[in-house]
Amino acid sequence: MTEPVATPTPVLQARGLVKRYGAVTALDGADFELFPGEILAVIGDNGAGKSTLIKALSGALVPDEGEILLDGQPVRFRTPLDARRQGIETVYQDLAVAPALNIAENLFLGRELRRPGPLGSWFRMLDKRRMRTEANGHMQDLKIGIRSMGQAVETLSGGQRQGVAVARSAAFARHVVIMDEPTAALGVKESHMVLDLIRQVRDRGLPVILISHNMPQVFEVADRVHIQRLGRRVAVVEPRSFGMQDAVAIMTGAMSGERVARS
Amino acid sequence: MGTASTVEQASSGRGADLRSRLDPATLLASLGPLLALFLAAAFFAFRTDRFLTGPNLSLVVQQSMVVGVLAIGQTLIILTAGIDLSCGAVMALGGIVMTRLAVNNGVNPLLAMALGIGACAAFGVLNGLLITRIRLPPFIVTLCTLNIAFATTLIYSENQTVNRVPDAQTYLGNTFRIGETSITYSTVLMLLLFVGTWFVLRQTAIGRHVYAVGNNPEAARLTGINTGRLLLLVYATAGLLYGIAALISVGRTGVGDPNAGQTDNLASITAVVLGGTSLFGGRGTILGTLVGVLIVGVFRNGLQLIGVASIYQVLVTGVLVILAVAVDQLARRRNP
Repeated sequence: MTEPVATPTPVLQARGLVKRYGAVTALDGADFELFPGEILAVIGDNGAGKSTLIKALSGALVPDEGEILLDGQPVRFRTPLDARRQGIETVYQDLAVAPALNIAENLFLGRELRRPGPLGSWFRMLDKRRMRTEANGHMQDLKIGIRSMGQAVETLSGGQRQGVAVARSAAFARHVVIMDEPTAALGVKESHMVLDLIRQVRDRGLPVILISHNMPQVFEVADRVHIQRLGRRVAVVEPRSFGMQDAVAIMTGAMSGERVARS
Repeated sequence: MGTASTVEQASSGRGADLRSRLDPATLLASLGPLLALFLAAAFFAFRTDRFLTGPNLSLVVQQSMVVGVLAIGQTLIILTAGIDLSCGAVMALGGIVMTRLAVNNGVNPLLAMALGIGACAAFGVLNGLLITRIRLPPFIVTLCTLNIAFATTLIYSENQTVNRVPDAQTYLGNTFRIGETSITYSTVLMLLLFVGTWFVLRQTAIGRHVYAVGNNPEAARLTGINTGRLLLLVYATAGLLYGIAALISVGRTGVGDPNAGQTDNLASITAVVLGGTSLFGGRGTILGTLVGVLIVGVFRNGLQLIGVASIYQVLVTGVLVILAVAVDQLARRRNP
């Protein structure tokens, strides 16, 4: 594939990823590019290798062949923690928060801040006030109007809970936020709130990978759409100039992706 | 959701915080145990003059120490959505190991003590390994280790009580006086353990992770917490606490008793549940457990004082636990 000269370096790129499970080939030489400042949606029918691709990018599995580049540098993720250390955060569909803990505790879960001085280093005491202040800042950045960071997450609506998870990712991601079906568990109104959050995250400078089954949502927020079919990327389209019907046609194989692959 | 409403809501932060704390279900969960303790104490004080006296209250505390320390370990485990049926039997084994090594084998009493506590910690590690590595349910694992520890104790001790225990091992049973009331060193130790556990649970990251693992293990794992290692640490710590309980038990009775702690597993679970900790994990407080321990102690002591046969005490305990669990369940249903 010949790239135009002006194209910036992709933030996250994959070349020729292959992943086999016994006789099943889930990824069959899949390519992937995510550019700075964009929301890239990844769509594909069941079995297209969509979730395998995302797992490879987020470190949940190691591909058999191919390479992944972060800011142009080759990287190897063995666990999701590896990807996280490199600044790639993932938001999961099933609201991965601890309901009985409060918002600040959830935001900083696994990355708690300790007090300065001997209280922090010897007694390993948490700096609760600073975590609440910073949590409040992160939530305000995304314009999530929640009263108190000391509120248990179980007192929030589903959309607000997902807001906590998005705020957590946006706060700690340095390169990429991956959203794996972030609206699947939510109602219409709440889904729109989360879509707004996705735009907020992008507008703050973090590129977002959005995995979704919901075509209207994809075409509403995405800047580009990566269409996955039979273990490969068959096309990348821009929703502004490309119809949803055609995208679905490519996804299901009713239309060839070749014609539009470089649109 | 405009910016204006965001600012307005943020400014009312303190009020909302307070409101969420004053929610009836939350209030019941945090003040319920204390209220039950006062009601129980008031009931027995009304029934007999002998209940509300310094010496008797001191006795209540002394009778509660062993279960109290066991209940600290039990709380940690129940917070992770586990359960430990083996605690009483493991404690009995620790007591027999430390006294028998010192008395029958002439091992240095302090070394024997350390070995006894070590045996308990080893059982904790065994529970933890079976639960995290082989992924067996805690109920089954600890039911089996209960029997293993119990049988080992009887075989090793030949079902003989160990007498003439060296002073070094009964030191914790000694008392000092504040006014009319004598207080044992064990009581002080138990209270220090409660305060230490409170600190770790409330003020450190490991404490918050214990709650997170009990609350939503998958979310905890996804945020990078090593949940297996955390659970292992919890079960090992609980085992260590059972060893300390063994030392307190030896100090209190002055002997190594192979039949010690036989009902203490249920008693410790009762105390934890009465203290408002959810059997489903992730919710509860260690200070609630202290109140729960005292409720169990007050009932034991009070029913004895007013001359109720001990079998009725067992019956009352059963009813109390069901009441406490039912309250927990109803509170959760209202506030999912």
